[in-house]
This record gives sequence, C-alpha cells and structure tokens, in this order.
Amino acid sequence: MDYLDPYRDKKTVLRLADAIRSATTRPWTIMEVCGGQTHAIVRYGIDSLLPDEITLLHGPGCPVCVTPVEMIDQAIAIAGTKNTILCSFGDMLRVPGSETNLLAAKSSGADVRMVYSPMDALRLARQNPDREVVFFAVGFETTAPANAMALYQAREQGVENFSMLVSHVLVPPAMEALLEAPENAVDGFLAAGHVCAVMGIEEYLPIAEKYEVPIVVTGFEPVDLLRGVLMCVRQLESGRAEVENQYARSVRDEGNLAAREMMSRVFRVVSRQWRGMGEISQSGFAIAPEFAQYDAALRFPTRNGQYSDRLEEEACISGRILQGLRRPGQCPHFGTRCTPEHPMGATMVSSEGACAAYFRYRPAESVTGNSQDPQSHSTATS
Amino acid sequence: MTNRLLSEVIFPGFQNSWLEQNHDGAVLEISEARLAFTADSYVVEPRFFPGGDIGSLAVNGTVNDLAMCGARPKFLSCSFILEEGYAMEELTRVVQSMRAAADRAGVSIVTGDTKVVDRGSGDGLFVNTAGIGVIEHRLKISPQSIQPGDAILLSGDLGRHGITILAEREGLEFESSIESDCAPLWDVVDALLEANIEVRCLRDLTRGGLATVLKEVADDSTFQLRVEEEKIPVSDGVRGACEMLGLDPFFVANEGTMIAIVPGDQVAAALAAMRAIPEAANSVQIGQVEEETNQRVILRSILGTDRVLDRLPGEQLPRIC
Repeated sequence: MDYLDPYRDKKTVLRLADAIRSATTRPWTIMEVCGGQTHAIVRYGIDSLLPDEITLLHGPGCPVCVTPVEMIDQAIAIAGTKNTILCSFGDMLRVPGSETNLLAAKSSGADVRMVYSPMDALRLARQNPDREVVFFAVGFETTAPANAMALYQAREQGVENFSMLVSHVLVPPAMEALLEAPENAVDGFLAAGHVCAVMGIEEYLPIAEKYEVPIVVTGFEPVDLLRGVLMCVRQLESGRAEVENQYARSVRDEGNLAAREMMSRVFRVVSRQWRGMGEISQSGFAIAPEFAQYDAALRFPTRNGQYSDRLEEEACISGRILQGLRRPGQCPHFGTRCTPEHPMGATMVSSEGACAAYFRYRPAESVTGNSQDPQSHSTATS
Repeated sequence: MTNRLLSEVIFPGFQNSWLEQNHDGAVLEISEARLAFTADSYVVEPRFFPGGDIGSLAVNGTVNDLAMCGARPKFLSCSFILEEGYAMEELTRVVQSMRAAADRAGVSIVTGDTKVVDRGSGDGLFVNTAGIGVIEHRLKISPQSIQPGDAILLSGDLGRHGITILAEREGLEFESSIESDCAPLWDVVDALLEANIEVRCLRDLTRGGLATVLKEVADDSTFQLRVEEEKIPVSDGVRGACEMLGLDPFFVANEGTMIAIVPGDQVAAALAAMRAIPEAANSVQIGQVEEETNQRVILRSILGTDRVLDRLPGEQLPRIC
C-alpha cells in the first residue's frame, strides 16, 4: 500500500503538527470543504493535534447531505413507477425524503438497486430492454464526469430505456455563498483535492482574490490534511491569499481536460437548491438540451405540489452546521433525538455528514461539551 | 434491524433465563453435563465463493458458535429449504462440502429435514444448522467474566469473508485475489483450554465485524475496552478494497476469525497456544480491558489519537465519492 502508508506515517504527522504549532501566532479558522476530509479529520483525530489557535470548521461538501428532499421524494416516486428500476449509490439509499427513504421503498416492493458506477446502471438498461432504468445522479464535480460519460454512451449505443435524475452540485459557488454570508467566520479554505483533480484550480483564483482568502487544494490522508493546514496557516500569518496546491500528486492546474470536456457536452450549469442552505445561483448541473431525452425529470411526470417543500425538522441546525456556523456537539438533539438511525437532518444522514462523523467517532462530544463555538463572540441567529 | 427484531419481538416473546445469556449459543446444564446448544440459518448469495460455499459456511458457523461458548462441537442437524427446480448437482456439491467441513471440524451431522417450496417462494437454497457441544471445563466464558488488565487477542487478519462476498456479489474485481476466511475455530479454543488458559470471553467476528463484537462485549461487561489500530492486521487486498469502497474493515464480517479475552499475565502462553493452530497462526494481542466502567470501546489510531468505536446503524454502504 505504498500509495497510502507514507500519508499516514506517524512521524511525518507529528513533525507537521509541530511545524503548524510554530507557524501559528494568532487564532485562525480554517474550513475543510469536503465531507471526506471531515471524516478523515474526525476519524484520525487530526484536530486534536492542532494548536488551540486553529479551529477547523466542517464545510458543506457532502453530496448526500445537500441533496434536496424534493429530489429524494422524486426518486422514490420514480422507483415506485411500474416497470422501472431505480439505481443509486449506496449511501443515498438511507437518506430520508419527506416521508420515507429509498431503502424503505425497496422493502415495500420498489425495484431499487445499489450500483458502484453509472455504467453498471447503463448495463442494466441494456440487459432489461423492456424496463425503464433510471440512475439517480448525485454528487459534486467528482462524480459528474462518469455520469456524463454514461449518458453519452447511452446515446452512442442507442439505449432508449435509460435516463438520469440529476442533482449535481458545484463547490465554488457554495464557497462564495459561505463567504458572502454576514456571519462568515472562515479565514482560509482547504479545497477538495478530488474535485480539483477534475476541475483544476482556475475557478478558485478569483475567489481567493475577491474575498482575500487563502485556498489550499488538499488531499484526504492525515499527512495531506496537516500539510494543507500548514500551507494555509503560513499564508494567513504572512497576509497572503493565494491558491496553492498541496495535492499535486493528483491535481494539475488545468484539471482533467477530457472529463471537463465530457461534462460540458452533457450538462449545463443551473441554479440549485441545497438541502440546509437554500438556493445557490449557478451552483449545479442539469442535463443539456441535446441530451434531454435522457432526463428522468422530463421522462417521468412530476407530481406538481405533491413533493414536500419541508426542508428539515424545525429543531434541526444542519443548515448552520453545513455552513460551519455550528458544531454537531452544540445541538441539543445530537445523539439523543437525532442519531444515524433516526436522523433529524441531512448532516446526520450520510457517513460523510459532520454530525454522523462525530456520532460515529466522538459520541461523548455532546455530553462533555468540549467543543468550542466558532461563533461564540457573536449572537446566535437561529 | 436484526437487533430491533431481537429486542422488540423475539426476546420478549420467548423470554427465559437461557435465552438471556445472550451469547452465540445457550449453555444448558442437564444432570451432570454442561451442554451448549445453538442454531443458525444461512441465506448467503452467492452460494459459492472463493474460500467456501453455503455448505461449509453452515457447518463452520454453527461449529464456531458452539466453540465461542467454550464447547467441543459434537453433533449438528441440517435442514434444507429448496426452491422447486433447484439443480440437484448443486445440492450434491453443497452436501459434499458440508460433509468435508464436518469432518474437518470433528462433528457429525446426525439429523435434519428437507422441504421443497414452490418456485418463487424461496431463493434457490436456504440452509439451517443447529448444533450441540459439550463443555468440559468449569470456566464461565462470558463478557461478564472479563476483568481490568485482561488482554484482547485476535486470531488473524480482518475482513476477508465480507469483502469476498461483496466482490462476488457485485462483480467487483481487485488486483489481488481475496478468499473468505471461512474455517472452524474449535481447535483454537481447545488449544487455549488445553494450555490451561483461564479464558474469560470468546467471540467470533461475524456480522458487524470486530468493532461491533467489541462493543457488544463492552456492553455486556462493566468495563472499557481499548484496542490499537497499529496492531490489528488487515491484508493489503482487504485494505485496498475497503479504501476504494469507503468501507471500514473493522466493521466487515469474518467467518473464521475470533477474539479471545484472557488474563493479562497469560498472554504469552495463550498466544503460543493459538499460534500452534493453523487457523490462528497469526494471532496477536490487540488491546486490553481497562478499569473505567463506561462500557466504551476506544481505538487508538495509527497517529496515536483516540476515538470511540461503536455499532453501525444498519450495514455499511459504499460511499458516493
């Protein structure tokens, strides 16, 4: 496992933690954008290795968390349509819609299948020409190229019983939405390495410049995360606000040109609803007009007004958690009324959601109350 | 789900003191003899996989449930539920595999039943086995027997069965081939008892894997358990598959791997006894029982930081990205 072990090496980790300690003279708040990074931070206890001055905020980069309830309701409705197979990635199956989830729909008879790739769903469509096969396409820029490729292939192969329900979202508009918010506390970002492996780093340059915020493209292993934090702290301490690339072993400045080309053929950029955050302008993908025949949202009659517009249970603060304004331990329902088995909101649902990560690795947090309020100096507005 | 069925429907429905032992099998005292009695049903898909099949699994699973009670497995029953039209050749293969597994584990299959259900009412083949074993010692092998300072020993590397099944079921191909660890564990337990180890608790790491089993032991005891990630062996093949799929090998099922909790001062002798048995040749100490009475399981990560291990709600599902 040569490609992993050096990035989990204890000596390197401790040396980086020391370097961060000596580089830090003032308090800084750094947000890791991606849920996979949050997961690694909590799993390895990375934050406990940092000096008290550094606060890590967990960002909105959890695709399952931000998929709107209406989309899930729509997927469940499609799954319940006669002669239809609905395919999805595994962790989407347990996410609650307004009333139920896909796993429950499956146990009451809907044909819901877990797949590992959209190409598996396309294969299923070829094998079942007399049935409609719908792929529930969720995720950030990371999963979009493969989904675009599956649609492209469907057209090339003339597979007509295949379609996609698309709920893709994009990272940079969400970062801007956070930075625009009046309560924004973020001093610097660790951008998601895998997103940049696809998209490159260009779109982050204007954000760093406009908001004077350092952005470090960062990987997912302990050594990556600590190097990312160190690079971010050094920028903050020296008053720089640049885009730097910690994850150069995977990320080229221009990204993956073939993947970008495929996405731009199949998708178009649209405004999207984010669960817990509301609508963000130009923040997602929909299927481009020339591929409209593969759009499940058009192929399956929408039941206007029947999908719930409920976002979260009223008492749930997941929107504020997704924006880094609150931590899981600060919610009175964390680990009591709200658990992964009975989630009240998005961030408890997915394994990459911040609440689920804390529940899994630090169930004591709410009891001991050892989490700091990143907004303790301002008045809570929720 | 299964947990809820047990606690809400099945346990209250059948309530009695033997059932409440809440172990892999029930320990029964009949005249002078102490017997262990257990049963399990097998519905694995695919029925044939690298390292085993539904037949060897049905024998080893029940043998291991008896072994974890500290009982020498003696007799098994075997019931088949066949779907109409199920291929006779395949059934023959399963029966032969069960015979071979029974011979290897030193048990006899002495009774059973076969039912055929209409096409569509079953899924090919379901197998149920029940087993009786004899307890030849006076130890109380139970989570309630564990004491602070006891050592937690692990008989081998984690996750091979669960990843094998997942890979077969979903048609995933990995660079290195992974085989199920499906194997009988009585010889390992017997070796510990023969070496006069004062065995406190035994568990095979089936559904939910090491993490779930440790948490169950902690819950049924009084104490905190601590294990060290660095000492827990996971093969490169399993690790690679788990990294790719976003799974945690600590929660992946095994069918021939166990933990033994033994007094801290008997670790060397216990490990020597275990390592002499091929199925446990790579046994290691992975942690210990601590004095804190909070029934937690703490994992010290490879970086030296601590986190809590807990049950998962439902099965692990592969992540999106």
